[in-house]
Amino acid sequence: MQTKKKANFNTWLMQIFLGCNAVIMLYPIFMMAISGFKTNSEIFGKPFSLPSSLNFDNFLVIWNTTDVPRYLLNSTIVTGLSVVLLLTMGTMAAYALARYKFRGNIMIYLFFLSGLMLPLRLAIIPLFIQLKYLGLIDSLLGLICIYTAMSLPATVFILTGFLKTLPSELEDSARMDGASEARIMVQIMLPLISPALVIAGIYTAVPIWNDFFFPLIFIQSPEWKTLAQGLTSFFGEYSINYGVLYAGLTLAALPVVTIFIIQSNRFIAGMTAGAIK
Amino acid sequence: MAHIQINNLHKQFGDVKVIRDVNLTIDDNEFVVFVGPSGCGKSTLLRLISGLEDLSSGHIKIDGERIDHLPPSKRGIAMVFQSYALYPHMSVYQNMSYALRVAKESKASIDKKVKQAAEVLQLTELLDRKPKALSGGQRQRVAIGRAIVRDPKLFLFDEPLSNLDAKLRVQMRIELTKLHKKLNATMIYVTHDQVEAMTMADKIVVIRDGIIEQVGAPLELYNHPANQFVAGFIGSPSMNFIDVKVIGKSDASLELELKNKTNIHIPCAEVDLHAIGDKMQIGIRPEKLILDEACDAMQDGEVFAVERLGNETYIYMHTATNNEIVLHAAGDKPVTEGDHISVGFKVADCHLFASNGEVVK
Repeated sequence: MQTKKKANFNTWLMQIFLGCNAVIMLYPIFMMAISGFKTNSEIFGKPFSLPSSLNFDNFLVIWNTTDVPRYLLNSTIVTGLSVVLLLTMGTMAAYALARYKFRGNIMIYLFFLSGLMLPLRLAIIPLFIQLKYLGLIDSLLGLICIYTAMSLPATVFILTGFLKTLPSELEDSARMDGASEARIMVQIMLPLISPALVIAGIYTAVPIWNDFFFPLIFIQSPEWKTLAQGLTSFFGEYSINYGVLYAGLTLAALPVVTIFIIQSNRFIAGMTAGAIK
Repeated sequence: MAHIQINNLHKQFGDVKVIRDVNLTIDDNEFVVFVGPSGCGKSTLLRLISGLEDLSSGHIKIDGERIDHLPPSKRGIAMVFQSYALYPHMSVYQNMSYALRVAKESKASIDKKVKQAAEVLQLTELLDRKPKALSGGQRQRVAIGRAIVRDPKLFLFDEPLSNLDAKLRVQMRIELTKLHKKLNATMIYVTHDQVEAMTMADKIVVIRDGIIEQVGAPLELYNHPANQFVAGFIGSPSMNFIDVKVIGKSDASLELELKNKTNIHIPCAEVDLHAIGDKMQIGIRPEKLILDEACDAMQDGEVFAVERLGNETYIYMHTATNNEIVLHAAGDKPVTEGDHISVGFKVADCHLFASNGEVVK
């Protein structure tokens, strides 16, 4: 009885701790979102209060008078295509590394892992020269190539780990059923690592979405700017109107937050996979 | 239905020879069980037949046609795995129909075959469920159903009951035997469980270190083991072995001396092959040892463990000459640990093995 009481108390303590943590994490985001609905005077007058009315003016300003919709589209294209390419190529590489024994298997895996240790930003000058020769400066395709290459090691690392845990009897069973190797991968194995695909997708999408550095170097034309880069120009332009700024930031965070909420079950399933039988 | 012929089969992984010169014939409708200790190559042999492993040399024929160069799905073989290997993201119906869908059979034909198999295995109610919503026994039945729908010539089972609890295992054992009769199919079954081998097999193949030690009907192996390994492996608890020495020979028998200086005469067809002074071992099944009764030879010793199973008792004793012996007695035999007892046996119940393990009698 005593142990049960103690366990209950510990659970409560843990819940309180986690609750406080959630508040600390979520409060700035909440503040950003509600400030998007406030006027400048409200933000300075009552910074912590809720907005007096649900006022979408700031969002309308963003949508109608700035280039944010254009930046949003660019960011969506770059992030979306990069993640699709990453997951496609990463899955194929990881599948080969995890499921087949061949000479050089470990070497190739280590080669991918070495990419995790080297920051791509160190290679910015040769990268710039290379992209210039390829005619990919000031183009979204150039960014997509860089992001795909940059995030491939992490994707291969995550997916290889998951694919290695799948029992080989499933493959054998599918082979007995007459499935080809490609079919085994697509129909049998990949559905089983969907949590890992979600993890790899979110893990790589967030830094790509938020990246400021590479667009700053490689993108010059305003029409190809991404959201993070676009919002900085916006800072100077609208530094007086914080309401509009917060509305812009809210819009920038919205897609990633939405994707995370939709996929959170799978994300958590993936994070805790193997924790219990 | 299929007649299987395996000739001079070899398999090696690098330098390690896993299967060595295996020759085996399996008749139509036979239920053949491969048994052997862990790592003896029985599962590898099964995988070679299935095509999941490539053989190093030799050939495998089904109904006279070589199949060893064909991919697994073209051999007309279905396999049930130890872990069932059901596809977790597919329903029972999808699991059972997968092979047929891959083979691009018509929807109507798939539906008919799956439903027929489901009926045979009492799975009709479960067709829409996912494997995680099934019990161990049900999963096992789905795995078997997946094999049945392909209408294979040969069924392979790789320790299919080892993940089930004891009661369910007995139940599934009986169901599998029934299924074998109903389907009239040739089946090869790998297990390390003695009881499964003895109760289900038409023919048992005992394997050790990649070599077939003996092939025969269960009772044939039990009563007439070809060597000491088979004698010790078949039967649970295993046969008792007692060291003896040849001290005399006559026309058709050997005179042997036990360590406790008892002499016995054992009939032997080839007396000339053995010399006086040769060391041998006699083997006696636990149920052939008799407690506290005068016999051809006696062994005294101290009981160190008693296993009571209700209807029977196994008594483990150390003999005065340092042999460990187990004997089978009635369930209510009044024996306890530490008791000094005397057990005897009849010469007629003895097996005799030469020092190289080959059977002499």
